[in-house]
Amino acid sequence: MELVEKVGTIQEEHLKSFEEKIERGDAIEPRDHMPESYRKHLMRQMSQHAHSEVIGMQPEGNWITRAPSLRAKQILLAKIQDEGGHGLYLYSAAETLGITRTEMIEQLHSGKAKYSNIFNYPALTWADIGAIGWLVDGAAIVNQVSLQRTSYGPYSRAMVRICKEESFHQRQGYEIMANMMKGTKDQQAMAQDAMNRWWWPSLMMFGPHDSESPHTGDAFKWKIKRASNDELRQKFIDKTVQQAEVIGLTIPDADLKWNEAKNCYDHGAINWEEFHRVIAGNGPCNKQRMAHHKKVHAEGAWVREAAEAYRLKKGQ
Amino acid sequence: MATDTQLASWEVFMQGKPGANYIHAGSVHASDKKMALQNARDTYTRRGEGTSIWVVPTDAIVASNPDDNDMLFDPANDKAYRMPTFYTMPEGAKAI
Repeated sequence: MELVEKVGTIQEEHLKSFEEKIERGDAIEPRDHMPESYRKHLMRQMSQHAHSEVIGMQPEGNWITRAPSLRAKQILLAKIQDEGGHGLYLYSAAETLGITRTEMIEQLHSGKAKYSNIFNYPALTWADIGAIGWLVDGAAIVNQVSLQRTSYGPYSRAMVRICKEESFHQRQGYEIMANMMKGTKDQQAMAQDAMNRWWWPSLMMFGPHDSESPHTGDAFKWKIKRASNDELRQKFIDKTVQQAEVIGLTIPDADLKWNEAKNCYDHGAINWEEFHRVIAGNGPCNKQRMAHHKKVHAEGAWVREAAEAYRLKKGQ
Repeated sequence: MATDTQLASWEVFMQGKPGANYIHAGSVHASDKKMALQNARDTYTRRGEGTSIWVVPTDAIVASNPDDNDMLFDPANDKAYRMPTFYTMPEGAKAI
């Protein structure tokens, strides 16, 4: 009985020191005491973030062999390599919480861990590569800039590194769109078509409205999340509308208009039915994305095995 | 026959420019030293961030326990005489 009380007191002290650190704005480091639910929340969020970077290589990889110039191909290769690198930063950071890379990949394959819904849409034309860089990476940057101030040290440091690299991604995408809008009627129509297909899914990347978001409470209290879904979405809309106007693209939202009083744009209703349908596994590419990841993982097993066998042989 | 694993974890330290301290950049997975160095290069220096890399097996790192912080770091706090500002210099003395 005495022991139970003592354990209880120690746990309370640990929680208190954790909460004081959060309150002061100090980063939480891997060996610091943290509530189990804080650790779980981060494992879920960071592994989902890592998986998104890696799965996000697929829609773009689809265009490497068909890039319209050598310059475009070099840029696309560099961008996709960055996305792989971002996945690695995040897997490494998540591993500091005590989850292994193997467990994370198993969770992805079993469907327990998710990845960003946006990558369940196909990249149909070259303009989609522009739209993905400009809109999808643009939306991701808004989220990631905010996460640079997240409370978990390794996550925050990974975000700082990622944000430094992401702005090239967005600019290369916007350049593709701008060039197509300076081109023929067909090229302009292709760019507008990509805009029409990627705009709404990009807005959905920020997740459900604040009133509907189930994980928000603790994430805010513990400073994992530093801005709400709706705040981040608004920030993205407000900076993107002008960029679309400059190159002559139309935002596919009849209800979009400037709200003088609120000093931001009002936007039309988001189709949450589609969002939930795609999350549930019924988007255009869910099965294809997962099947491809599993296939490549299985086909790469011999490389990992050979590397291990070589190490054993050399006695390292 | 070796089994399929995600390979061992290595910590990566990078020197940003000649003469600078090596700073922890993150970690990579690799089966041996050579692969660890190669993967660290590919993962952490795609934009000329470094002039030199160290890789160290993650389990070779010994880290202090945050619970011991008082014991480890407090003794430094009451030794102000280790700071140059502790000393009173004679008026007029230069370059000291």
